[in-house]
Amino acid sequence: MAELTLLADALVRSTPLILAGLAVALAFRGGVFNIGAEGQLLAGATASTTVSLAFGNSLGGLTPLLGALAGMMAGALWAGIAAELKRRFHVLEIISTIMLNFISIHLVSYLVRGPLQEPTRIYPQTETIAESAHLPIVLPGTRLHLGFVIAVFTALLLAWYFQRTASGFRVRATGASPAAAQSAGRIDVARTSFLVFVASGALAGLAGSIEVSGVTFALYENLSPGHGYTAIAVALIAGLNPVGVVGSGIFFGLLETGATALQRDFAIPSSLASVTEAALILAVLSFAAWRGRTVFGLRERVSA
Amino acid sequence: MNTLETFLEGTVRTATPLAFAAIGETVAERSGVINIGLEGAIIAGAFGGFIAAGSGSVWLGFAGAGLAGLAIAAAFAFFAIRMRADQIITGTAISLLSLGLTATLYRQIYGAEGAALSIPTMHIVEIPVLVSLPLIGRALFAQPPATYILYVLVPAIWWWMYRTHAGLGLRAIGEDPRAAVAAGINAGRIQLFAVLFGGVLGGFAGGVLVIALAGSFAEGMSAGRGFIAVAIVVLGRWHPLGAAAAAVIFGAASALQYFFQAMGWALPYQAFLALPYVLTLLGLAGIAGRAHAPASLGRWPDQAR
Repeated sequence: MAELTLLADALVRSTPLILAGLAVALAFRGGVFNIGAEGQLLAGATASTTVSLAFGNSLGGLTPLLGALAGMMAGALWAGIAAELKRRFHVLEIISTIMLNFISIHLVSYLVRGPLQEPTRIYPQTETIAESAHLPIVLPGTRLHLGFVIAVFTALLLAWYFQRTASGFRVRATGASPAAAQSAGRIDVARTSFLVFVASGALAGLAGSIEVSGVTFALYENLSPGHGYTAIAVALIAGLNPVGVVGSGIFFGLLETGATALQRDFAIPSSLASVTEAALILAVLSFAAWRGRTVFGLRERVSA
Repeated sequence: MNTLETFLEGTVRTATPLAFAAIGETVAERSGVINIGLEGAIIAGAFGGFIAAGSGSVWLGFAGAGLAGLAIAAAFAFFAIRMRADQIITGTAISLLSLGLTATLYRQIYGAEGAALSIPTMHIVEIPVLVSLPLIGRALFAQPPATYILYVLVPAIWWWMYRTHAGLGLRAIGEDPRAAVAAGINAGRIQLFAVLFGGVLGGFAGGVLVIALAGSFAEGMSAGRGFIAVAIVVLGRWHPLGAAAAAVIFGAASALQYFFQAMGWALPYQAFLALPYVLTLLGLAGIAGRAHAPASLGRWPDQAR
């Protein structure tokens, strides 16, 4: 059963990658350059942990749900800062979201050494959340939790949203050509990209929340080894297609679990996985450019 | 030495790497190319500088830093200029690549714990007479020689950009590539040189971090300075002197912690660590609508409209 355990571990690892990958795919489809999934994920993890700790065992099985809602709201709020800066002041979102990523890292560092630190005040982390706040295991004997199922379901939901709803069409139209969407489609482009931005943050926040209630059970500084950045590769390799994101998310989950095993067994640095990810992004970009297309139709946009 | 002098000295010291990176990016962006891979050039420069300075020479270290930055910029140029891939995502990927690659090489060479390898560091050189100027003397003239290079480089780039034919060509490409091409300017080649020049200066910025400031290498030590430098270019309104001034403002924000410590005002240290990023957001919001970007920034000549 060693293979099953390994596969389950890879799926566990892929869960935040899929959810954050969906966050990036949604944003990029809508023409929003959200590079801030990392920070939004941390915001979601922070809110989820706080809520889970506050309610303890009093809510029973409802705690993970409440944690997820809090996480989504926190992620949306964190992305909302960049969205508002973009809408009101035309601040380039790639810069603002990266700045917010750094701010969130320092904020978490402060919280787990300050107000949210565990009672003995020895370790830089929060208390562990109650048993009832954990997500249920879906494959007995492994670590595979309900979060993976939620991630896959979210992907299907997003695919349906893009293909079958008028709102999803407006998002795609805005991303493909803001000018055309505004003039020919009479779409409120500013409002659409603001909402896409915030929704993208909510998805990344959900990733952070599920990471807490399914894997880490506490908040600490290195909770995310760059899931939010890997998510960019996940989304691009899937061609920004939500169902494809599940596939590429699992691929990266395998890659990263494999890299950890390689580090343990053969002393090959696990940072090699991020090199591979970056190389894959470049390969996808070159391929798209070679076919004479852009991945997002972003070439026509003006910066800053 | 009083608190204010310490603060000003810290300001210039922390502004130095940012100024190198922002000046280089200014040149690249005036040619119409936005290189977010600058972060990658800085961390590569830090690593290259660390390795090369291990040979025992500070200046060899700087050469190594510049070369490493050049290599990363060349990779960016291949994908973004030659293959015409999206500039912003290419830059993001190049930064991730460089951060991962330097971490991998560092762990491969020195093991997971890292090494307390000592490299020669650039000492402070006091400029006679000027250093005894009141208040600003030590801040401006008791710095590592890398800072003094900027005193020459910044005006030189300003002069080149605004007073020479080649500089006019560079700005023309950024504003209206089709007109520039029609006037016989080889846009692709000048953009390539501009990006490579920006990469070398980004590498120098990393070299300053390692050789003049930290004295050793750490994974991810660029800490977003490349992205901050891109914001500094906006705040400096795509002008080399403006970029240098904006870098000094950022240096001041980072140096505030010395000031606060000296005044005995307690704040969580994370607040100081987060300050440059918060300031970037506030600065970009503040300049909104008043900065004029090169018209074709991020686009290609055949797509300009």
